[in-house]
Amino acid sequence: MASEPMPPMIRCDQVSKRYAESGEVLSNLSLEIAAGEMVFLTGHSGAGKSTLLKLIACLERPSRGQLLVDGRNIGRLSRRQIPYHRRQVGMIFQDHRLLTDRSVFDNVALPLVVAGHGAQEVARRVRAALNQVGLLNKEKAHPLALSGGEQQRVGIARAIVGRPPLLVADEPTGNLDPQLAREIMALFTRFNQIGVTLLIASHDLSLISTLPYRTLTLDQGRLVNDRHVANKPPPETPLSH
Amino acid sequence: MIWLARHRQDALSSLARLREKPLPTLMTLLMIGIALALPGTLYVLTRNLSLLGEGWEQTAAISLFLKAEVGKEEARALARRLSGWRDLESVTVISPDQALQELRAETGFAEAVEQLETNPLPFVLSLRPAPSLNTAAGLEGLREALAAMPEADLVRMDTLWLQRFQGIIQVGERAAMVLASALAVGVFLVIGNTIRLEIENRRQEIVIMETVGATPGFIRRPFLWLGLWYGCLGGLAAWFLIALARLLMQTPVSQLAALYRADFVLVGLDPPALATLIGGSLVLGLGGSWISVARHLAAIKPD
Repeated sequence: MASEPMPPMIRCDQVSKRYAESGEVLSNLSLEIAAGEMVFLTGHSGAGKSTLLKLIACLERPSRGQLLVDGRNIGRLSRRQIPYHRRQVGMIFQDHRLLTDRSVFDNVALPLVVAGHGAQEVARRVRAALNQVGLLNKEKAHPLALSGGEQQRVGIARAIVGRPPLLVADEPTGNLDPQLAREIMALFTRFNQIGVTLLIASHDLSLISTLPYRTLTLDQGRLVNDRHVANKPPPETPLSH
Repeated sequence: MIWLARHRQDALSSLARLREKPLPTLMTLLMIGIALALPGTLYVLTRNLSLLGEGWEQTAAISLFLKAEVGKEEARALARRLSGWRDLESVTVISPDQALQELRAETGFAEAVEQLETNPLPFVLSLRPAPSLNTAAGLEGLREALAAMPEADLVRMDTLWLQRFQGIIQVGERAAMVLASALAVGVFLVIGNTIRLEIENRRQEIVIMETVGATPGFIRRPFLWLGLWYGCLGGLAAWFLIALARLLMQTPVSQLAALYRADFVLVGLDPPALATLIGGSLVLGLGGSWISVARHLAAIKPD
């Protein structure tokens, strides 16, 4: 069966972002990320990685150029549409951004509560998300009682609980030791295998280079390298029996 | 239905937030309550004074003291003549004997009256002006006409005093309104500022909620409810303070009234005034939080 070419999940066309204080952070950036891809975004700090992620989640708007996310034009979203766009983009931060005065359950539930889901639906989906990150037994705990790796997994559960088709992560392993970082990456790989598109900003080259994924390199707001790997899926056990 | 359920949840969680910090909440509510109770108490005071005045109005009269040589028949004839006057509603003759009886009945005078060998009191005509005669100039005209009569010795007008009393009450009512307007602005600012601090305290939470796709309405609602609660509870606190003031005043007022052989029970807020108090404080609460939310929530952007 001949499949239609999938529309790209992210399409940047000559996108620039300029701040009054710090000048041009992104310059004429053009790139495409297909639906279902898992892509790393790397570069020195200040290269514009975080800014690109913010533009994708519409936390900021491009100064020039066109940015399409899942077919939506970020520059043209009305104020009313922005919250609905953000529900379709799961965001993961280096500092987790958890509410320290609420339980793990309540933190993960936030996107669903905000979207107006009923209590039963919320409970079911929160537990499913916590189960996916392996924290089902910690739902009553408070974030500060957890280790750094666990806190990051709570942040990931919050990002996936609304089942967005796109996850963006800003240095998700920045504060974690290599072992925990690999576990987080394995988690991302699992999400990718069920069809989620991921864009992960990281400067941890030693980790990225071991993984068979496309890597975009930014330098001073420009795309300087787009390393595609041979389009082979990560090694899986053959379906022989 | 979902809309209603969300509002119910926001209302309850905002109330719970107030209970979490009882001391600051109580102080804010007391501040709102005192600010609203001040004009409220002034209003209640003028209401009581005007009720007191109504009691006097019924006995309000012009006393026309006749010359000592005017006798009973002449006094009655004069009374009949005056009954025909358009400006007078009623005319009552008070004989010297009657007047002496009244004087004897009043505290402290009984012994003095006993000392008298003859009755020195003249005939007095107690006149009630027609209600249509309600200007100071009209009353003054009547007084002059009465004083010009040959039988007249002295004209004493209680009504002029009453008019001044009514004037004082009007000044009090106006003062209550001016005070209420000024303090309403104060309450508005107190609630606005309290909500601003609350927004500031919850900045991180607001940023995270915006990041995960909360609509501005979703973020705004709990703060508006908080303002409504401040208004509602502040208004009730004002009501309580006014009632407390009335309770504290009743005993001395009763003692004072007893000295005048009177029985005076203080009234509190009437239902329309109570509705104005509570309704007004609700409007101030919602308005103050609305302005604050519009100004300060817009300034918070996810980073």
